[in-house]
Parts: sequence; structure tokens; C-alpha cells
Amino acid sequence: MITTKTILQPEVLEAVVVRFVGDSGDGMQLTGTQFTDTSAMFGNDIATFPNYPSEIRAPQGSLYGVSGFQVHIGSVEVSTPGDNVDLLVAMNPAALKTNLYAVKPGHTIIVDTDSFTKKNLDKALYLTNPLEDGSLENYRVIQVDMTSMTKEALKDVEGLDNKSITRSKNMFSLGMVYWMYNRSLEHSIDFFNKKFKGKQHLIEANTKVLNAGYYFAETLELIPNAYTISPAKMVPGTYRIIGGNTATAWGLLAAAEKSGLELFLGSYPITPATDILHELVKHKHFGVKAFQAEDEIAGVTSAIGAAFAGDLAITTTSGPGLALKGEAIGLAMMVELPLVIINVQRGGPSTGLPTKTEQSDLLQAMYGRNGESPVIVIAASTPANCFNFAYEAARLALEHMTPVILLTDGYIANGSAPWKIRSIAEMPEIKNHKVTEIKENWSPYDRDEKTLARNWAVPGTPGMEHRVGGLEKDRVTGNISYEPKNHEEMTHIRAEKVRLVENNIPELKTEFAESGDLLVIGWGGTYGSLHSAVKQIRDEGYKNIGFAHFNYINPMPKNTEEILSKYKKIIVCELNGGQFASILRNRFSKFEFSQHNKIQGLPFSNDELIQQFKLLV
Amino acid sequence: METTTAVKKYTFKDFTSDQEVRWCPGCDDYVVLRSMQKALPEMGVNKEDVVFISGIGCSSRFPYYMSTYGMHTIHGRAPGIASGVKLANPNLSVWIMTGDGDSMAIGGNHFIHLLRRNIDLNMVVFNNEIYGLTKGQFSPTSLIGQKTKSSPYGNTQPPFSPGELALGANARFFARIGGNNPKDMTQIFIDAHKFKGTSLIEILQNCVIFNDGCFDDVTDKEVKEDKQLFLEHGKPMIFGKNKDKGLVLNKLKLEVVTIGENGITQEDILVHNAKEEDKTLHQMLVRLEYPLATGIIRSFADVTLEEREDALTAQVKANSKFKKTDDLFFSGETYEVK
Repeated sequence: MITTKTILQPEVLEAVVVRFVGDSGDGMQLTGTQFTDTSAMFGNDIATFPNYPSEIRAPQGSLYGVSGFQVHIGSVEVSTPGDNVDLLVAMNPAALKTNLYAVKPGHTIIVDTDSFTKKNLDKALYLTNPLEDGSLENYRVIQVDMTSMTKEALKDVEGLDNKSITRSKNMFSLGMVYWMYNRSLEHSIDFFNKKFKGKQHLIEANTKVLNAGYYFAETLELIPNAYTISPAKMVPGTYRIIGGNTATAWGLLAAAEKSGLELFLGSYPITPATDILHELVKHKHFGVKAFQAEDEIAGVTSAIGAAFAGDLAITTTSGPGLALKGEAIGLAMMVELPLVIINVQRGGPSTGLPTKTEQSDLLQAMYGRNGESPVIVIAASTPANCFNFAYEAARLALEHMTPVILLTDGYIANGSAPWKIRSIAEMPEIKNHKVTEIKENWSPYDRDEKTLARNWAVPGTPGMEHRVGGLEKDRVTGNISYEPKNHEEMTHIRAEKVRLVENNIPELKTEFAESGDLLVIGWGGTYGSLHSAVKQIRDEGYKNIGFAHFNYINPMPKNTEEILSKYKKIIVCELNGGQFASILRNRFSKFEFSQHNKIQGLPFSNDELIQQFKLLV
Repeated sequence: METTTAVKKYTFKDFTSDQEVRWCPGCDDYVVLRSMQKALPEMGVNKEDVVFISGIGCSSRFPYYMSTYGMHTIHGRAPGIASGVKLANPNLSVWIMTGDGDSMAIGGNHFIHLLRRNIDLNMVVFNNEIYGLTKGQFSPTSLIGQKTKSSPYGNTQPPFSPGELALGANARFFARIGGNNPKDMTQIFIDAHKFKGTSLIEILQNCVIFNDGCFDDVTDKEVKEDKQLFLEHGKPMIFGKNKDKGLVLNKLKLEVVTIGENGITQEDILVHNAKEEDKTLHQMLVRLEYPLATGIIRSFADVTLEEREDALTAQVKANSKFKKTDDLFFSGETYEVK
């Protein structure tokens, strides 16, 4: 058992941002995750974001092979992984070079000096050693011979090869950071015992190195004091740390269980959506049928087939894949089958920036099909609420017999945060329109009065045999019809069906000022950035700013116009060229909408938002 | 959904929908429709368990004329939709109705992957070597030199042979039949239904408007017996009006011989083994131009995708501690906030 001793009384901080960076093979994701989990169990609020190269194993020491993991922990509400970092742990020169920009001046950098060899400096394109040339004067640099000390710590452990020894140095850095932030080693030691069960030498090695780092930080005067971050005030309950893509997958699992339907996923691998496929394919124990198709089109068409046959049908993708699926989504809309399409947005157009975030598929989701082809469009806004909105996408698809596009993005999909676990018992009911009893004069296009959703008679049900298809159909019988008036009427019915969804979704809520000078509008994955910026500007004394974040885009909440009318100015902030702003202008032409847009593959920073808001108040 | 009740008795009328059939008069598609309606009552399957899925093209109107479940989908994508239907409910008898353009041009990728996977469903390709519904352009099975609306000076693109493409993609069941032969077509549909795995049936379908007579040299009643070798599993490869022609293997080639000439007896003629895993001979038969091989060329029983998936699912279910999502959500690294 480790006891926490500190030389001085720890300084209390509200929140800190720590970034671990190193070579792809240095284990930075693991180090970051361990620090995250330990801090979460301590009771901090958390937001994380991983950043790894798109190359699978980039050459060692190269600038483009740097892998990172950023975590923001707080005793107060934390809504983003943070912009600038308080502590950077850099395992080699390339990692230092590519991440130095993010370190707040005067703050701390821990480096492994053993990795600052001539060869590694050359690879990082350093002409002189930054540890010696004075270029880091504005920072507090802690130089540690991490590799040597790891070797030293492990000299008595038997059965370790050289590679295993060098690879444990990430645990040395983790030990140091644990000491700096007054964290217990217990969780990580438990983790080693589980992960390396039966491999006693690896448990011993990792524990030893972790301890070595911890005691090194404690005993050396290089670190004058430690920090502590108190537990945050969070709603009581059972929590876990969850990533956005996992939360999305789990929301679908929950929806399948609640609705009593089997889950079918038709998908094709594409960054950054593939992890949803990876997650769902694990859950055969729940009867999940995950089908990796030959392409994006077969992914969505197999899901349409499964929907026709009565499953809760899903397809997952990212921007280019959504483009390929367009025609098939139009078919699902035309035959009025429930289908969930999840688009984890990335930088576009074309192949664009596969590993970076953007919100530029909104108009594609709204209109990216031939003909008058309305579908429900909703968006998740945090890693944890991907669970709720995946569930909601399934609920709306089933209750309204129509495709639903759920937009998430690379930022929330790969980020993680605490999730107060939702038991299936507390999730809302999910109805569906399956028909099992033969009715007289039955037609597949008989509609529910309230929602206009049609019947769902699935193959295998006697007496309900019918044909559907992409051709226009008679309003009553569902048979092919080219009759002009009928086509117009059916077009209106399909539009009205989507509009009526507004009766089945919550109203738009505002945060901070309920009326006033400025309304900040966002949608989807920018919630955290916008929320923290509005909060900060309010704390600075600008009290008349309100914030409205949209999760429901088509249709919009019923009270949208009422909310818009309560503020003097409106600014719509998006990670695209202004797509939601154009939808709002089109729908609510009497208001004036300012825009703040960013198309860099990056989330908003607090500073840029605050600067923008100040111009308007 | 397991059916426990006995299968109902049907006649072809039970499978006829109330929709007026809108193919051109004289089209072979009528033959396929009637053959299917006659085959279904013989399959021992309930009507509600039959699903027809089609893409786009003349042949893809097929589901509207059947009184079963059906979906007329989008161009080339019927295999994906049918795969989803079958994987969602393996109890269904699923049929893809498609043409040469729908299956091998725009849907070519799905075509080969469907055959590779071996899901237990059936695909009927109406091959008329032309685009009908778009009014007469060359298709991926049109011949070199063929004059069409999009090749007025003659087609320059070499064609696919559907059978060769299918066997290359590891089709386990491949049959070929003339569009004017309802009797054998009906039986092939029944056999395809009984076969566990993906069955592919190529219909040599005459298009009376845009490619009339394209198969006359082999399907015409006058020449059919001399030009076609109708294959039956376990029977010698004999053809001809007088049943005196047969196939033998000469080095690496199939050769046509006459029984009674040059000392050839019936004993020398190759015997058709459709169930053989090794597809070498099936490929040679598929390529043969004279005689043209018809009937069931290959019928190799292999494990289906559903069987593999079911076995895995049963194994995972038996070994998993997760019965409900709550078991998963509350497992592992959770913590309490008080």
C-alpha cells in the first residue's frame, strides 16, 4: 500500500490540463487513460482527447509519428479537453517540438533526456538541443533520465528483455505525474495485476517503474511542490469513463433491448466511425448481427434489408461514406422504413482530413439525396450523450418509420468523459408500428393518425404480403402510381411526417441569460467549447449572454422562434462555413444571424470564442 | 422465427399478384414469372416466408407481379438488401431478381461478394446481353461488335461470361437455362431453393425489342438439342438429337466426340459431377461454346455464412457473462460519486 507523503502542503487547483506525448510505440494512450481513470475514481470531472498519427507505425522519432493524449481534470465542471496545457510530458524531441505550442508560458514540461540524442534531434529537425540552447527559458523544464532510471529500477527483475524494459518508461512518467497531482497508485497497480495476469514479471516490472517515478518525483527537489485537485461536484451515482463512439454503440444496444428488436449493423470501415463497428461486433451475446459489407453502399442496403425484415437496423459511416449511401437513404425514406444512419463527421470535402474534426456534413445530411427527400437529423453534443442520441435516433426511426441521421464528429467520438451509467429501466419507452394481426382492407401504407407513420408488416407475417419499392406509390394502396396529384400529395405526406416529429422531441433550452443582448447558438459536438466560453465571459461580467445548443436539427424544437426572439443579437458558431446558419436564415428570415466559423480540423478555442462574443456585446 | 405449422398447399395462382404485368409481349420474362409461380408451390415453403428483392431494369419489375413479400430497390443493390433480409430472418426464402446490367455492371461489386460469402439465398440473372429499360445500350455481356444505341459502330468492350465470373467469385451453385424452357427452369428454381448456399441461375433471356434472337443459335427449338448440353448430376454428358454426341477430356480440353465413331462408346463419355468441390471441370463447362452447357453446372454444398455466424453467436452467448445491457454497462471500471 502506498501512502501519499508530500513535502509541502499541496497547492489547490481548480482544473489542470495534462498532455502525454511520445512516439506511437511509447504507450502514451495507455498512460493517459490510466491517469484519466485514476482521476475519475478520485472524483474529478474529466474530458479527454487522444491524438494519434494516421500512419499505423510511423518511423520512430519522426515528427509525424508523435502520438498524444490530453486530459483535462477538474474540481469544477469540465466541458472540453482544454486548449492549452499546464503540464506536458514529452518522451522524445519530436514530441516536444510538435506540442510545445500548446504549453502555457511558465508551466511545466517533463522530458526524457535519454531520448535527446543527436539522432533523435536530427529526426525532429532540431539544429541545436532545445534543452541546452535556452529556447525553453519560458517554461519550467524538468529533465529526467527516464530510460536509464527505468533500466536501473528493473535490473533485478528476471525474465525481461530489453524491449520490455524500455517500453515501461511510460510508467515512470505516470508515477511522476501521480505524485505531482497527489494521486494514489492503487488503481494502476490493480490494472497491472489484471492486464498481466499470470505474467508475474510484467506485473512486478510495471509496478516497480511506477513506484520509481513516484518516489523520484517525491524526493527530488526538482519539483518544489505538489498540486491537488479536489473532487468535482457531480450528480451522485455510478459512473464510468466512456468514449463517444463506445457511447454511441451502447446507446444502440440499449435501444435494441428496450424495443425488443434484434440489432443489425451494416457497415464498412471508415475513420473515425470504425470504432462503433469494432464495439458492436463484440456483442454477439446480445444477438447483435454486425455485418462488415464490401462497401458503404452494401453497408446501408443490407441495413435496409434488415429493416424490411423487422430488425432495428443501423449503418455507420463518415462523410465520404454518407455521400455513397445517399441513394439508398432516399430509398429507405421512400419505402418508409426505420433506419439509423450514424455519420461521425471528419474534415472534408473528398478525403479531406480523415482524423480531424469538422461539422461540414450538415447540409449533406439534410439535403444530400435526389428528389424531395426529408429525413430526421439529430446531433450528439458530448462524448457521453452520444449514448442518449444514439438511443434517441433509434427511438425516432422506429416511432416515425423513417430514416434518422445522427451526426457526431471526430472530436466527441474519440474524446471521453464521465458517464453516469443509464440502466435500461430508466430509459424511455420505444414503440414501433409492427402489425401482426390480419385486418380487413389492410394496406402497408395505412398511417398512424398522430405521426403519419405507416404500418410495419415484416416478411414471415401471414396475410400481410406486400411489395414496396423506390417508385412512387399510390397514397392508399401502396401500388405503383404515376398519377400527378398523388405524387404531390405523397411528397407532402413524407415532409409532414418528418415535421410532426417536433411533437415527439423536447423543447429547446437556453443556458445562462434567458433573454438579453446576445444569444450564442451551436449544434452538435461544439457544446463543450461554447458552453465553457459563454460561462467564462459571463464570469468576466457580461451577464446578458445566453446560450442555446441544438441537438434536434430536422425538425427543430417547436419553441425555436420564441427563443430567438428574446435576444438582440444572435451568433451561430460552427466548425464549417456556416451551414446551420443558412438553415436558420432560410427558416427564420426575420432574424439576423451573425456567424463564427472555423474550418481547420480543430475544435474552437476558448480565446477565439470570447474575442468574437466581445465584439457583439 | 421458426415455423412449426405444416406448410400450406398452394397452386401457381396463389403467387400471382393483382398487378398488371407490363413487359413487352413475347418477352421471355413472362416465362420466368410463370415458371417461378409454378415452382413455389413445389418448394414446401409458406407464402409469407418468400421474399423477392430486385434492383432496377426490366427484370427488376418482377417482385410487383408476385403476391409474396417483395422490394423493388435501387440499381445494382439488390444483393445487399437481400443479404440484410436473410441475415435478419434466416427462415425466409429470399430471391434476387436481376439483369446483366444490374448485377454485373452497376452491381458488379455486390455480385462477386454475394457469391463469395455464400448466404443461403437465390439469384436469378435475366441475361439478355442488352439494356432494355433504358432502351438499348450495350451491357457488360454484350458481344464485341454488337451494334446498340450506345455503340452504333459496334461494341468495343469485351464481355463478361456470367458463369466464369461467378465461378471466379467461388459460386457454389451455378445453373444456366434458356428463357424458352419453362419445364427445366421450374425444376432448377426448385433445386436452387433446396440448395443451402447462394444459388445463381443465369437465364438466357431474349429481348424481343432491342436484341431479338440473341440466343436463337442455341435456344431455338430446331437446334436446341444439337447445340445445348443439358447437364444432370450423375449422368453422362451426352447431347444431340440422336443422343450420339458426348464430351471427353482430351489433355486439358473438352472435346466433342460421336458415340460409335473411332471406337468411342458411351463408357468413354464424361459423367457430370455437379457436387464436386474442385471447380476445374465446371469452369471448362461454363466456357464451352459448342455445345453450350445448360442445367445445373455446379452444386457444391459448402458451409453457409449463417451457419458460421450462428455457431459463433451460440459459442459467445454460452461463454458470456453479459445477458442484459445493464450487465455490460455496470461491468469493469466503474466508480461511485456520492
